[in-house]
Amino acid sequence: MAPFRLEARNAPSSLAKWLAPPLAAIAMVACGFVLFAVLGKDPVAALHAFFVAPVATRYGIGELLLKASPLALIATGLAIGYRANVWNIGAEGQLAVGAIAAGGVALALDASGPLVVLPLMFVAGALAGALWAAIPAWLRTRCNANEILTSLMLVYIATLLLSYMVHGPWRDPEGFNFPQSRMFAASALLPVIVEGTRLNAGTLVTLAVVAAAWLFVARTLVGFEMRVAGLAPGAAQYAGVSPAKVVWIGMLCGGACAGVAGVNEIAGPIGQLLPSVSPGYGFAAIIVAFVGRLHPAGIVVASLLMSLLYLGGEAAQVALALPSSITGLFQGTLLLFLLAADVLIHYRVRIGARTAMATP
Amino acid sequence: MISRPTIVAALAAAALALPIASLGQAPTTPISIGFVYVSPVGDAGWTSQHDRARKKMEAALAGKVTTHYVENVAEGPDAERVIREMAASGDKLIFTTSFGYMNPTLKVAQQFPNVKFEHATGYKTAPNMGTYNARFYEGRYLAGIVAGRMTKSNVAGYVAAFPIPEVVMGINAFTRGMRSVNPKAEVKVVWTSSWYDPGKERQAAETLVSQGADVLTHHTDSTAVVQAAEAKHVYAVAYHSDMAKYGPHAQLTAVTHVWDQYYIRVVKTVLDGTWKPDHVWGGLKEGMIEMAPFGAMVQKPVQDEMKKAEAAMIAGTLHPFDAPVKDNAGKLRLASGTLSDDALNKMDYYVEGVQGKLPSAK
Repeated sequence: MAPFRLEARNAPSSLAKWLAPPLAAIAMVACGFVLFAVLGKDPVAALHAFFVAPVATRYGIGELLLKASPLALIATGLAIGYRANVWNIGAEGQLAVGAIAAGGVALALDASGPLVVLPLMFVAGALAGALWAAIPAWLRTRCNANEILTSLMLVYIATLLLSYMVHGPWRDPEGFNFPQSRMFAASALLPVIVEGTRLNAGTLVTLAVVAAAWLFVARTLVGFEMRVAGLAPGAAQYAGVSPAKVVWIGMLCGGACAGVAGVNEIAGPIGQLLPSVSPGYGFAAIIVAFVGRLHPAGIVVASLLMSLLYLGGEAAQVALALPSSITGLFQGTLLLFLLAADVLIHYRVRIGARTAMATP
Repeated sequence: MISRPTIVAALAAAALALPIASLGQAPTTPISIGFVYVSPVGDAGWTSQHDRARKKMEAALAGKVTTHYVENVAEGPDAERVIREMAASGDKLIFTTSFGYMNPTLKVAQQFPNVKFEHATGYKTAPNMGTYNARFYEGRYLAGIVAGRMTKSNVAGYVAAFPIPEVVMGINAFTRGMRSVNPKAEVKVVWTSSWYDPGKERQAAETLVSQGADVLTHHTDSTAVVQAAEAKHVYAVAYHSDMAKYGPHAQLTAVTHVWDQYYIRVVKTVLDGTWKPDHVWGGLKEGMIEMAPFGAMVQKPVQDEMKKAEAAMIAGTLHPFDAPVKDNAGKLRLASGTLSDDALNKMDYYVEGVQGKLPSAK
């Protein structure tokens, strides 16, 4: 018999819910302090490199927002589905097809003006991402196939499709057969909004989408139905909410947002199609969605934190020659503490065997 | 009055603050040099060879340089930030060691005209950005000679990442080397679509063995293919690094990348102010490629045969792509002379002896 067991709390404290993230952050910093000291690095310098140095300049802040933008955008879309128990794990693939569609538009039309090309790229990217997410939605509603598996498997198909396009039809004829498209003309690139940084208009798109998502979730009937479907599926169905509709909306929102994130990447910092257009934003956004507690405001904060951890990891490598695996470890401790705090909010640890209500 | 312990403490602090290398009297402050790596340094592979060379260069120029690196940097937007951060933090020379860093390096180079950039394996240059690469295909041809002599089934298996010219060039040179000593030899290729994926690489290796290959080689970054060869009791030619310890009974030899001398040379030109952007493509002659020591199973005559070809290549009397060059559809690609560097860099066909079709054939 295990000496420890978890017992559900009747009413999780709402104060604890709000205190948990800062507490997790403090625990992480304490853990980092010990970790860096053991490695023989000055812990204060290391923590400074992680959390202060990356955002000490205007360029750094631009980078922070640039890196947070795709995470926030994708996580916002995913959270709409997650709230309704629709588990879209395939945002990375939806991002890739969004980039393919928008890249096709850019390659075909970037000789015309930006007012024509850019809007078309966004429409194409959103539609393509939604279409890619529609496949698991259809399989789920039609064949009851688990969308976790199907959406994940479609990631590989999408990335191979992108790989095919840049190895084949869209390969830069001037590029020595390297697998990448030609660079887009300026009209297919998002304008930089802060001089001296790489921060571009794509971040404004992200902000607009996050605001729209908040309105959708908090202020519309469909948004309400989605929430109810997640909290009490039986009650929702009894009230006339179609489970199929919930799946469709959840998947399509996630797919469209991921597709737009793909557009932001290729029309922003990349400027062409490459065999890989995302360093795993589609997967990292899943973490961001949960760390942000599936709430648009929380997601924005979580995406900034995640972005800061990435930048800090690089800065720590540059400044202190910390190996990248240590950075990964340090970043992992935050998630560990956050999840641990969640468990402790909802459960209490009891020592000893269960008494009256023993499990069968 | 300064007490003795204070002085000791101050000295200790000063010693800690200084890198060990500069404790000797350096005449000037050392210049800082940055390296950007696409994967973790690890024990073997592409990045590992660059890092080995970085350390040797730093040791050779101790006191004049300090180096540091950032590993596991994704190609694309992240690379630009890392490179820029290095330039902004005072590096005078930055080596970006992956093809996908080309456009990011160029962008940063334009913003930092006083910093020198050296980009590996690309084709774009700038007044402060040069490129460097090695003629890996020369080593591939030599490896092919050994493989052609050692194979019993006359089938070699090639695990390759992406069908870009550099990889295709290697497959073709290996095949031509094999067939120069064994006209019956055939090469089968399996693509993994990833530079580093040990699971996939191993699977590909096992597939090739089940298709009759008894010599394996790879253009991927892990040691998986050599390990698979060891497990399946077939031979292997390793790439990037000497992987004999992963396949002591399998590794015939290895085509290894040696950047030490190049890095030392480039850094010296930066130190004495004679650096110019260049487009370096060096091979065996320049010492940028070396064949690893032979495995015990390679008999003396085979060793000699390979060494003879190596000497001929260094002397310039043998080129892996001397005419005639025929593709595997029977078309004559070169009737006389030797394939030009330009033709090599655009290679998009398999030579005679490679089975299958290039994935991206139009």
